[in-house]
Amino acid sequence: MTSTATPTHRSTWQASRTALWALLLRDVTVVRKDFKTFILRTLIQPFLLCFVFLYVFPKIGQSVGGSKAESGFATVLVAGVVGITIMFQGLQSVALQMAQEFGFTREIEDRVQAPCPIWLVALEKIISGTVQGMFSAAIVLPIAALVHARGVEAAIHIHWLILLTLLPLAGLAMGALGLVIGTSFEPRNIGLMFGFIVLPITFLGGTYYQWDRLAPVQVGGWHWLQTVVLLNPLLYVNEGMRAAFTNVPHIHLYVIYPVLVAFLGVFLALGLRNFSKRVLS
Amino acid sequence: MIDTARSTDPVIVTRDLTKVYGDAGFTAVDHLNLEVQRGEIFGLLGPNGAGKTTTAGMLTTRVIPTSGSAIVAGVDVVKYPARAKQSIGVVSQVNTLDRALTVYENLYFHGRLFGIGATESRAIATSLLEQFQLSRWAKASVYALSGGMAQRLMVARAIFHNPEVLFLDEPTAGLDPQSRIALWEIMEELNAKGQTILLTTHYMEEADQLCDRVAIMDHGTLLALDTPENLKSSTGIDTIVTVKANGDLQELAQALMGVAGATSTRVTDKAVELQVSGGERLLARVIEATEQQGLHVQDINVAEPSLETVFIRLTGKELRD
Repeated sequence: MTSTATPTHRSTWQASRTALWALLLRDVTVVRKDFKTFILRTLIQPFLLCFVFLYVFPKIGQSVGGSKAESGFATVLVAGVVGITIMFQGLQSVALQMAQEFGFTREIEDRVQAPCPIWLVALEKIISGTVQGMFSAAIVLPIAALVHARGVEAAIHIHWLILLTLLPLAGLAMGALGLVIGTSFEPRNIGLMFGFIVLPITFLGGTYYQWDRLAPVQVGGWHWLQTVVLLNPLLYVNEGMRAAFTNVPHIHLYVIYPVLVAFLGVFLALGLRNFSKRVLS
Repeated sequence: MIDTARSTDPVIVTRDLTKVYGDAGFTAVDHLNLEVQRGEIFGLLGPNGAGKTTTAGMLTTRVIPTSGSAIVAGVDVVKYPARAKQSIGVVSQVNTLDRALTVYENLYFHGRLFGIGATESRAIATSLLEQFQLSRWAKASVYALSGGMAQRLMVARAIFHNPEVLFLDEPTAGLDPQSRIALWEIMEELNAKGQTILLTTHYMEEADQLCDRVAIMDHGTLLALDTPENLKSSTGIDTIVTVKANGDLQELAQALMGVAGATSTRVTDKAVELQVSGGERLLARVIEATEQQGLHVQDINVAEPSLETVFIRLTGKELRD
C-alpha cells in the first residue's frame, strides 16, 4: 500500500497553487507529445494566407492592396495573421478542449475533483491557451515575413513594450472567449462554432484591412461597417498587433488596451459562470 | 459482523442533507442523516433514482445541497469544497481517464495535482501500477484498456493521494462478472488496509458481499441502515421458497400460506415466492400444497433472504424495477 501520501489539509491556497502548476505541466506534456501536429496546425492557416495573398496574387498580377503597393497590404496582413493565430489558439486550446472534455471524454469530471476551487480549473485552460497563443505568434511571424513574392515585403517594426504587454492580454482575452464558446455550445454542436462565430469574427475583425480604411463603407453618411465591427474583440487584437509589429495606422492604444481588458473581464465572468453551471448541479 | 477494531469515529456526517432540483421541485434527497465510520465499507443501496448518486455528488462537492450539511473528513463540504477535495478520492460511473495521457501519466499527474512531488509521484505511480496489475500497460494509451482495466486504473488514481474516504459510484455497473469480482477483491484489500469506502450500488449482491453497513434508500429517503446480516434478519424470514408452476398462481399463493411457518407470499412473473420463518420439512410441504391445487411443480428453489427481500419488505417493489 502506498501510504506515503499528501500532507492532509494543506491550505487551500497552497493546494491550489500546486494544482494549477500540475494542470499546466499536464498541458505542456500533451502539447509536447504531439508537437509536430501542434506546429502544423498553427502554421497551416498563416502559411496559406501569406502564400495566396502575398505570393500568388502578386505573381498572377491580381492586386488586393487597392491603389497602394502590395507591400502595404503585406504589412497590414502580417499583423492580422498573427492576430487570428492567437484567436485560433484560444479557441483550439480552450473551446475545443472543453467541448471534448464535457462531451465525449468526460475528463472534466475528474479534473474538477482537483483540490482547488473549480474556477481555477477553467482559468488554467485559459492560461495554457495564452501561453500556446504567444508561442504560436512567435513562430507565425517569421512565416509572414518570409513567404511572399519578391518585392512584396511587410515592413515590420517591432515595438517591444507594446508586443510584450499586448500579446498576453490578447491571448487571455481570446482564451476567455474560447471558454465562453466552449461552455455555451452543447459539445455535439461545437462544429457550428466555426460557421457562426469563427468565420464572421475573422472576416469582420480587421484581419485583412485596417479599421480606419473602412470609413468609405457607409449608408446615408453612417459608417455602419466601421461601427459594427467595433463589437468584434478580434478587431482590437489585430489593430493591437499592427501597433506592435508595424508602423501603419491603427486604433489608438488608449482604446485598444482598455477595450481588451473589458472584453477579457466580460468573457471571464460569463465563461466561469457557464463553467460552474455545467460542472455543479 | 461489524469490525470491532473499527472505532466509532465518523468520517462522514450528514445532517438533514437535502437536494431539490430545479423549478419543478423534484426532491432527489430528502433530509438524509448518515454517519459513516472510519474504516468501514458503507453502501448506499437503492434502485435508479433513489438519490444515491445525488448523495455521493453532494459529499464529493459536485452537487450543491439545497439545505442541510455534510462533513467529510472533518471539513464542511458545502462551505469549503476545495479543502474537502484534498481528502476524498472519487471513482465516477463513467470513464474519466485523461485520454491524452498514458496509463502511467494518468497516475503521475494525479499525484502532482494533489501536491505530491515529482519523485514521490513517480514512485507511487509505479507501485500502484504493480498493485493493480497494470504495469505492462504503463506506456499504453488509456484507449487500449478494457472496461475492467480502465476501472482499476480509476480506482488506483482515486487512492493515489491517500484519501480519507474513497467514493465509488456504481463501480461495477457495466463490468463483466470477472472484472466485477476483481474489483470487489481490490475494494476488500484496500479496506483491509484501513481505507474507508462509500459506494453506491443497485446490485444487492455487491452490497451484501462487500459492505459492513448498508443504507437502503428510495425516493431520496433512508429506509433502513444496518449491517447486511441485521437487515436480513430484521425481516423475520429465514427461508424463501420460489415455486414455479403452471396454473393460477394467485390460488397457489393462497394455498402456500397454509404451509407451517409461512409468513407471506408474493406472486412474480411465473412463480410464487413463499417467505417462511422456521418451518420444518419445508420442501415436502410446499410440493404437497402445490399438488393439492392440481398444479405441477416445474421448478422449486430454496434460498436465504437477501437484501432484495429486505427491499421488497420495505417498499413493496423489487430493486430492479
